[in-house]
This record gives sequence, structure tokens and C-alpha cells, in this order.
Amino acid sequence: MEEFLQQLTNGLAVGGIYALIALGYTMVYGVLRLINFAHGDLFTLGAYLGFTLLASFGLSGVIGGLAGAGLLVLMALIFVGLVGVMLERAAYRPLRNSDRLSAVVSALGASIFLQNAMMLLYGARPQVYPVRLLPTASFMLMGVEIPFTRVLLFSSSLALMFLLFWFINRTRVGAAIRAVAIDQGAAKLVGIDVNRIISLVFLIGPALGGAAGVMVGLYYGQITHDMGLNYGLKAFIAAILGGIGNIPGAMLGGLLLGVIEALGTAYFAVGWKDAFAFLVLILILIVRPTGLLGERVADKI
Amino acid sequence: MSSITSNRLFLPVSGAIFFLCMALLPPVLGSAGLEGGGRYHIGVLNDIGLYALLGLSLNIILGQAGLFNMGHGAFYAMGAYTTAILNTVYGVPILYTLPLAGAIAAFFAYLVTRPILKLRGDYLLVVTIGIVEIVRISLMNDVFGMTGGANGIAGIARPELFGFRLVSPEHFFYLIWGFVAFTVLLFRMLENSRFGRALYYIKHDELAASGSGINTTHYKLVAFVVGAFWAGMAGTLYATKMKFISPVAFSFSESVLLFAIVILGGAGSIPGVILGAFLLIGLPELFRELADARMLVFGLAMMVMMIVRPQGILPLRRRVYNAAKQVGKYACAIGTQKLAPPAPEPATDTTTPPAPQKGTGGAA
Repeated sequence: MEEFLQQLTNGLAVGGIYALIALGYTMVYGVLRLINFAHGDLFTLGAYLGFTLLASFGLSGVIGGLAGAGLLVLMALIFVGLVGVMLERAAYRPLRNSDRLSAVVSALGASIFLQNAMMLLYGARPQVYPVRLLPTASFMLMGVEIPFTRVLLFSSSLALMFLLFWFINRTRVGAAIRAVAIDQGAAKLVGIDVNRIISLVFLIGPALGGAAGVMVGLYYGQITHDMGLNYGLKAFIAAILGGIGNIPGAMLGGLLLGVIEALGTAYFAVGWKDAFAFLVLILILIVRPTGLLGERVADKI
Repeated sequence: MSSITSNRLFLPVSGAIFFLCMALLPPVLGSAGLEGGGRYHIGVLNDIGLYALLGLSLNIILGQAGLFNMGHGAFYAMGAYTTAILNTVYGVPILYTLPLAGAIAAFFAYLVTRPILKLRGDYLLVVTIGIVEIVRISLMNDVFGMTGGANGIAGIARPELFGFRLVSPEHFFYLIWGFVAFTVLLFRMLENSRFGRALYYIKHDELAASGSGINTTHYKLVAFVVGAFWAGMAGTLYATKMKFISPVAFSFSESVLLFAIVILGGAGSIPGVILGAFLLIGLPELFRELADARMLVFGLAMMVMMIVRPQGILPLRRRVYNAAKQVGKYACAIGTQKLAPPAPEPATDTTTPPAPQKGTGGAA
């Protein structure tokens, strides 16, 4: 039971990260029907940005641990968001009207480019976050020792998700994003600037991914230039699991996948850790390709 | 289109010239006074040949049928491991394992792709990534206690042909490129066969293809099986060339590389895929000093290519009917179609094809 709770909370914390990244996939897919393969690498970019800021500016000493971590996340969020917008301009906008394979290949190219750019800049070895900003304390819950950082990680990803959920569902701009996702032509007719909305989506999605990157760096303390591939694929699976294009679906899928992976690793085999996600993917696509919360849209798959 | 390249004999003749030139390369390289007798260069050419072979096998799936397969490394790995296990454990001679490796890879492809064929486009792509990753993880975890885990399998024998043992890079050069030539010949025939035409049709308009009686699921499955068979045989050649295999060689990035060879060279086009292999495997060897930056340039090239020339460098040129010339020959102009009542003959037309279609579907 203790082991179970330990793994469950761990899974939820990792699942929160998956969910944050998955939101970027699902939003981009929602408006463009494109798998943004470079999204995982934008996540890595966020992690490295946090590393640079932390190493070169020594922010933590000035404003204290928690506030420093928050500021770090915020800066990564903004910067990675801007990179996302530029990426869309350079790699995806020229291909808006060509066939899907071209866009997928361009996205892959962007992913390879970003990953290797980071390798050239930071080296192929893993980098270690220089300071531990987060408190190392832990507390007891039902006889299980749970690190405080785990709760922090989970709650901050939840907070970001609910912020996004509110933004999409309760604001005018959010309504415009939903309109573009449903029908671009009709959205144009009612006066929505589709290009600006797509840029906005490429600001929000990567921004959340970048924030997740910093959070992973702060939580695990170690980052590599190619971790975006693994996290990106998992998050994409999470997005499909929840129903791609569906924002609550991405949140649910991320958390679920995190828990499945943690429990599977604990009770089945450690070496197969990465296989669970792919198994989930294949199963869901065979059994229910629209995902758990996805609507039945014939055109989507 | 110039008159020379549009000539029907252009492709066969230039292909024959290409392979003749390739056949003359080892002695030329050997006498060119290069360091180590040109062995390094021949080694690179062997790699290119192997990737050309893999690219050609993926081309059937990705280029001709238009199925986004980014897990081709899985089939390659199945073939390589089949050969390695059969040879090191059971002592089967390498060349006997060649068809077996192909068959095992093809059977694997049949099993795993059958349930996912209905998925379209990028979904299929993600599932195939999943397949190649699961295969790699299984190999890492020493599945069935036969794959040697992360250490892989060492001590794979060299092939013997009529009592002659192939050992040097030159020998392998002729083995690999001979196989490439054979593959090109065969796949060229396949391209223009009923099967190839069906794939072409499915790629360009799946709905219309199924509407005109092509069993699309069946043909897609066959495309996967044929492509996997060839990838499996390429795996045999790889295993015997390296004498050692490990899961690292079949990582996801390897599958991405194959994907890029087909797409950048020219999806569906045999000369394009061979050119793609030369560019993507050969060029990085030429710029060894810039090894670190080559993947950066490669990623950039992928983006630029898709914007500037999405069909690839040497795209497929197919004999096409000039539809404009046919107008008026048959009474099938769009205007008349509406007026004419749905005659009973189309009805009988549509009822006859499903019968064989069901038969083939059941057999598959």
C-alpha cells in the first residue's frame, strides 16, 4: 500500500509534466492538424534556458528559493513561447496549404535542428542544475513520506492547466481559438484573424512546454539535449490518450499516463519503463482512436 | 522536360550505366593510390548501398503507398537479429538465413500492421514510432533470453558463396551493390505492375481507389509485408558485414534517417531514393570535420526542402494519360453524366468487383 501511494504520487507529479507538454501538442493539433514534432525540443529549450539563467545570473541568491523558481519558470515560459512563434513563421506557415506529409517532415527537421543546436551550444553531456532552489523537506501522508517538491510540481502544473482552461473557455480570445479549431474558414468570415490566433497558439503551447522544461530541471536536477524526444513522445501519447485537440483530454491523458508508467515500472519491470506508454498508445488507437474524451470526428484520423 | 529524359529508355539505360560504373569502382579506387587502398571509401560505399537497400524497401511503404512509416528500423532489426541468432546459436550459414530473416520480418510486419492499417497519416506515423521503440526496448531487455540485451550478439559469421568466403570490403561491395541492382530491377517491375499501380492510386486518392474496386487494406498490408521482407534481408547483410549487432544500431533516429532518405531523395522514385542514400550517408562522410554540425544542417535542409521542393530531389515520373486529349473520345463528359440516368451497367459493374475483393481480404 505504501509502495502504491508512493508510486501514485510520483506518477501524478510526472503526469503533470506530461500533461503540460501534451497541452502544446493538442492545441497545435487542434488548430492546424499538425503534430508539432519540435514541441519536445522546445520543452528541452525551456530546461536549458532555466539552466543558463540559473548558472549565469544567480537569481536564486537575490530573491530566495521559491520566488526564484517561480521567476525562472516565468522567464522560460515567455522566451520559449516567442521561439515557438518564430518556429511557426519559419517552418510551418509556408506549408499551411501543402500536404500533411510536408508539414510533418518540416516539423521533424525543426526538431532535429533544435536538438542539435542545443547540443552544439551546451555539449552532449547531461547538464546539472547548479543550485537546488526547491526545499528538500518532505511530509507524511497516510504513513508515506512524500517530498514537498512533488506536491509543488503537481500543484504548479495543475495551476497552469487551470489557467489555460479558464483562458480558453471564458475569454473572447479563447473563444476565437476554439472557433479556429472548429472551422478556419468560418472563423475568418466572422472576422477572426486566423494567422494571429495560430501565432497565439504557438505562443501558449510552447510556453507551457518551456515551463514544464524548467520544472523538470528543478525537480530532477539533470537535463540532456535529447530528453525532448522521450518526453515529447510520451506527451503526444498522452494527448492521443485523452483525445487529441481536446484540452481537458490532454490533462487527463497526461496524468493517467504518468500513473500508468509509474505503477507499471514499480510492479512489472524497470527496464520496460518506456514501453508502457507505447503499449498504451497502440491499444488506445486500436480500441478507441478518438481518445478517452475525444469526440467522434471522422476526419481526424 | 527535355526529350532525352522523357525517352522511355532513359531510365533503364542510365540505371545500367550507373551500376556498371559502380562495378568498376573498387579496382579504380584500389589503384588510385588512396590511403589504405581505398578501403575506407569502399566501406562508405557499402554503407550507402545498405541504406539504399533499406530506403528502397521503405520506399514501397512510404513512397509508393504513401503510408507514413517511421518505424522501419523495427523490420530491419528483426531481420538482423534473426540472422544473428540463427547463425550464432544454430550455426545456420548466413546466406540461408537471408530469406528466413526476410520472412520473419515480413511476418512481424503482417502481425503488427494489420490492426493499425485503418489509421491514417500522422497517427500511423506515431504508432510506427511506438513499434520501433517497443522492438528496441525488447531487444535491450533480452527478450526470450536470445537477444543478448544491451550487449547485442557478437561473432556472426561471414557469408559463403559457392565455397568462397566473403571477407574484404570489396567482396561486400559486390554483394551489397549486386543486391541493390537486383532490388532495383525487381522493384522497377513491381512499380509498373498491377500492385504498383494500385499503390499509386491508393496514395493519391484512397477513396477513389476503393471505389473502383481496389481492396485498399489488402494492398497496404502487402506493401508493408514486402517492404519489411526486404528490410529484413538488408538486416542480414548488415549483421554479416558488421559481425556484431546491438540495439543501438536500430534506434529511432535510424528510422528517421531512412524516412528522410526516401522523402528528400524523392518519395516513390527509385533513382531518388538511391540519390538520397548517397546524399544523407555519403555527404556527412565527406565533411567529417564538421561532424557535429552536420545534423544541424540536415534538420535545416529538411525544413527548406519541404518549402522549396516538397516532392524531393528526383521525384517519381509516371507515365500519365493526357486526360485533355481523351476528352470527346468517350461520352463521359461531366455535363452528360448528370443528364444520363444511372444506367443499370454501372450497377452490375460495382457488384462484380466485391466478390474477388472479399476473397483476397479473407485470404489476407
